[in-house]
Amino acid sequence: MRLIADRIHHTYGPLPVLEDISFTVEDGEVVAVVGPSGCGKSTLLRILGGLEKPASGQALSAGEPPAGSLNPYTFVFQDFALLPWRTVSENVRLPLEGHGLGEAEIKDRIADTLARTKLSDFADAYPKQLSGGMKQRVGIARALAVKPAILLMDEPLSALDAQTRELLMDDLVQLHDQGNLSSVYVTHNLDEAVRLADKVVVLRRRPGRINALVELKVPRAERDGSDAEMARQTRELWQLIRADAEAADREIVDA
Amino acid sequence: MRDVAMTPSLEAPTPVPFRGGLFTPGTNRIAGALALAGLIALWQAASSLGLISPIFAPSPLRVANALTGMAQSGELQNHIMASLGRLFGGYALGMTGGVLVGLMIGLFGVFRSAGIAVVSAFFPIPKIALLPLFILWFGIGEGSKVATIAFGTFFPTVVATYGAVDNVDRSLVRMGRAFGLSPFAIIRKIILPGSLPGIISGLKIASSIGIVLLIAAEMIGANQGVGALVLAAGNLMQTDQLIAGVVMLSVLGLTIAGVIGAIEKRLLAWR
Repeated sequence: MRLIADRIHHTYGPLPVLEDISFTVEDGEVVAVVGPSGCGKSTLLRILGGLEKPASGQALSAGEPPAGSLNPYTFVFQDFALLPWRTVSENVRLPLEGHGLGEAEIKDRIADTLARTKLSDFADAYPKQLSGGMKQRVGIARALAVKPAILLMDEPLSALDAQTRELLMDDLVQLHDQGNLSSVYVTHNLDEAVRLADKVVVLRRRPGRINALVELKVPRAERDGSDAEMARQTRELWQLIRADAEAADREIVDA
Repeated sequence: MRDVAMTPSLEAPTPVPFRGGLFTPGTNRIAGALALAGLIALWQAASSLGLISPIFAPSPLRVANALTGMAQSGELQNHIMASLGRLFGGYALGMTGGVLVGLMIGLFGVFRSAGIAVVSAFFPIPKIALLPLFILWFGIGEGSKVATIAFGTFFPTVVATYGAVDNVDRSLVRMGRAFGLSPFAIIRKIILPGSLPGIISGLKIASSIGIVLLIAAEMIGANQGVGALVLAAGNLMQTDQLIAGVVMLSVLGLTIAGVIGAIEKRLLAWR
């Protein structure tokens, strides 16, 4: 399934947040949205997922969601948003409930997604017993269990420490290489964008406008953190963002 | 001679003095039991030595005798059963109503402003002040006592319940929406379990308020019940029975707290 941002504008009161955002997430593609804080990238993601209505423009989809998809536009959250009173497998079960699926199919889907996210040994653990990385794996497993057409990830690794982030990024790369999974990946971390995405949408801030659309040519599986090409890409993105990031840094926040 | 702590020499490395660890709370069950036993022993010793008048403060032994005496005659059980019936009747009404109204206020904007205004007006009234009114409405018998307890436990339960609903992590509700859960499923699977800890701690507070109102109501107009027992014993200067009644109240409060604690432990094992 393709997802199309079609001339999206958005405002908070008199304040314009997003201006004329148009791009397409092709089937099986990962599009990263990067930009300094306050550029409206999380708002854009919520609009794409139908959680917020844009002031004008729209999010469009084309094509069929995968067979058995229960929730075509599925989020992975920065703060994991796990139910602390449910075990790992019960958390994954949550979005599978109430769709009339048979118990056997529910169990199958849970077992399958837990295996894909390396959580099979943790099925009966409670979230508080897990490390941050494992918690986010549960968030990803829950998202995969509904067979999403588009995965909408809002800074999914930002709450994790650097080493865990590295490990989870490996898993995300693997997941996207295995299956036909389209994703929008919002991040402020340029390394993550360059590692995972096929295409990077660079936003300016106040209002959020598309500054550049960078295509990453090296196949995902062949990228590696020490690669000179990746370093060059990251530097290029940083040049695009730097002035805006400085402005964001020097801003006095109206509380 | 090594005066290392104050003037560390450059050559000999000395351990950095430890300065943490002050006032770290710790628990000691034995100390707790010893303190209680010690207090009772001291009291008994003072009575035996004639330092305390047995009329104003009977010895622990005499209190124990009064307790067993009343238990053998069946008088104690009658009082306790009468009190328990009122307490649980009132508490069950107040708790059920309070949780329901609290959920309505917490969940639906329409009820919020109206509900909070009404609750704020009634909350500060010491509910025992309404007993005379309830006696006029429901009679001097059980009705007015149960109503006072129900009324008194209702308001703190309402306040705790809507506070607990307000405190449910909004990101969890957003997650439920993002996964397409129905509003009903969000209430049942996210908001209710998420507010349970707050509701239970409200029920604990309500239970101790319930005991206070129970005794007050029984002192105003009752022949049976622990409150009536304490008042009657006081009037007759039977201080051993009076203190026996007070001891029963301590046991009652501890038992109820223990029961709620056990329920809490079971329901909130995930914490």
